[in-house]
Amino acid sequence: MLVWSRPGRILIWAVFALLFGVLFLAPLAVILLSSLADQWNGVLPSGLTTEHYSDVVQGAAWKAVKASLVTGFLASALALVSGTWAALALRIQDATLARVLGVLFFIPSAVPSVSVGLGLLVAFSHPPLLLNGTIAIVMVAHFVLISAFTFGNVSAGLARLSPDFEQVASSLGARPAYRLWHVTLPLLTPYLVAAFGLSFALSMGELGATVMVYPPGWVTLPVSIFSLTDRGDVFAGAALTMVLVAVTLILLLGLERVAGRQTRS
Amino acid sequence: MSVPAFTGSNVMDVDAAKIRGAGSNVHFDKVSVAYGAHVVLHPLTLDIAPGEILAMIGPSGSGKTTALRAVAGFVRPASGRIRIGATDVTDLPPYERGLGMVVQNYALFPHMRVEDNVAFGLRAQGADKALIGERVKDSLATVGMSGFAKRYPRELSGGQQQRVAIARALAVRPRVLLLDEPLSALDAQIRRNMVEEIAKLHRDLPGLTILYVTHDQTEALTLADKIAIMRDGRVSSHGPTAELYRRPPNRFTAEFLGRANLLPVTVAEGAAGPKGLAKARLGDAVLAGAARGEKPGDKTLLCIRPQHLSLTGDEEHTNRIVGTLKEVHWQGELTHLVLDVDGTPVRVSATRLPVSLPERGSAMPLFFAPGDTSLVPEDVRG
Ligand SMILES: Nc1ncnc2c1ncn2[C@@H]1O[C@H](COP(=O)(O)OP(=O)(O)OP(=O)(O)O)[C@@H](O)[C@H]1O
Ligand SMILES: [Mg+2]
Repeated sequence: MLVWSRPGRILIWAVFALLFGVLFLAPLAVILLSSLADQWNGVLPSGLTTEHYSDVVQGAAWKAVKASLVTGFLASALALVSGTWAALALRIQDATLARVLGVLFFIPSAVPSVSVGLGLLVAFSHPPLLLNGTIAIVMVAHFVLISAFTFGNVSAGLARLSPDFEQVASSLGARPAYRLWHVTLPLLTPYLVAAFGLSFALSMGELGATVMVYPPGWVTLPVSIFSLTDRGDVFAGAALTMVLVAVTLILLLGLERVAGRQTRS
Repeated sequence: MSVPAFTGSNVMDVDAAKIRGAGSNVHFDKVSVAYGAHVVLHPLTLDIAPGEILAMIGPSGSGKTTALRAVAGFVRPASGRIRIGATDVTDLPPYERGLGMVVQNYALFPHMRVEDNVAFGLRAQGADKALIGERVKDSLATVGMSGFAKRYPRELSGGQQQRVAIARALAVRPRVLLLDEPLSALDAQIRRNMVEEIAKLHRDLPGLTILYVTHDQTEALTLADKIAIMRDGRVSSHGPTAELYRRPPNRFTAEFLGRANLLPVTVAEGAAGPKGLAKARLGDAVLAGAARGEKPGDKTLLCIRPQHLSLTGDEEHTNRIVGTLKEVHWQGELTHLVLDVDGTPVRVSATRLPVSLPERGSAMPLFFAPGDTSLVPEDVRG
């Protein structure tokens, strides 16, 4: 804490609470209220109901949850493996090449995700690369969008890792593969878990590219929410959003615990 | 700190014999290292005998760590060869060199218990379980850490972590042990104890060759059989510890090892007599000191250690110089005086002071024995 005086601290907390409340909590609260609203014409809803939840649960909600979870898990796992591999490989390249490739990795996240989706749609529309209309293209889209973050996270972890650990391991007779498995990766675990959690969260919320490429029968949560609200079914969309928030939150908290256990041991 | 001392040789008798056989010499043959165009090690030729402790000391950036890492295999020499025993290891990867290494911050693997840290090398080499168990026990016993096998590194003090790091290196029965400033993260008190314990460890494992990098001259003087003093990527001097201290071959060595006083003198008479003493002139005073082949008329330096200067003369302390008293610092067991002798500051460490010390600014005689004095050439390079 840089500010020590009591009024100063109170002021800082007040500003923080205001910003947090307005920017984060207010939109969420509105969504939560809508998901429970019977009618909403005035300042507040005129009645509360759980009808929207039972509607979405009876509707396509579970299929959407499953599509999102499977997509998020597979794309994140793939991104974790390849991002880690890329970060490890780039570490032993010379610095300029590593920097150029590092920047290339981040390009997809600078392009609007709709364009990424469009690009994939065009690129994979001809044999032998015919992926249009398959689940695989959804995975690919998510992978392209999130791999930069796994790569960035793991690279940051590697940069903070003292070379002493690996060098001592080598001098004790550990060959590169043994060293990677028993020293480098365990020491990177907190970063790997964080990378996986971030990718998963990004994937769970991804809409732009998915909307462009998703096949019938593989409708993710954000796509369902989008089509519900597009149809004017705002309350059901809000209920489904709350489902998405809950699922993501549970997942992230679970990962947090895993990471916490890892860093403690 | 309640850490037991390294245990005596009883535990290690069998293993000491094994290591004794394994001890190897290290040979640097014109080894140079450069980072791009920046040469950090100029062709270095140096031998460490089997079972010897060589301390490599020198100021920060002088290339000590670089030389050690070249032996370990983490720095590729631009030219020259490195041999360990009969093996040319220059092109071998680190994991095939059979060394033990201890670094400044210990680098214990934080996710492994003490016993797994110590077992790491043997497991990596695929040793069998029974052997690993036995070696882990022995190595931990050697460093007095048997009771800590189940702890994690973060549950140990700095000194304890350092012991585990040494045990981990010893467990693989290295031919050579490389220590890079192993004590510099510890505080002064523990550091003194650890120096003594490493000395004891080497008495228990006399065959173990040790390259000990430090910038602390006390550690080097206490532990080393030989010292190599590094300066700007070159060996400034190399020799048996006592000899290097008593007869420093150049100004840098004299100043770096024990902060000697160096008075500019002119040689009056070359070496004479059974002790080979030369006579040199400093202003009006004629002083005797061990010669190094100087001829009359040569300008050179007279080296005298602060603790060899006495405030009173007798039949042994026959050299006499006069200086102006500048500063007096009392430090308990020692009192440090600084005098100005013909424009050169001269430090004196006195254990006993005369009843009354002259006023600051007044003249004061200093006495020293010719046998404690030697002539030292000025460094060729600035
Ligand atoms: N990876 C590197 N790239 C470029 N220069 C380096 C590198 N590592 C070391 N150097 C340079 O090499 C020189 C010698 O470094 P070295 O680490 O061997 O010094 P040292 O004697 O161990 O010093 P210290 O007592 O501070 O540890 C220094 O000038 C340092 O800046
Ligand atoms: Mg160093």
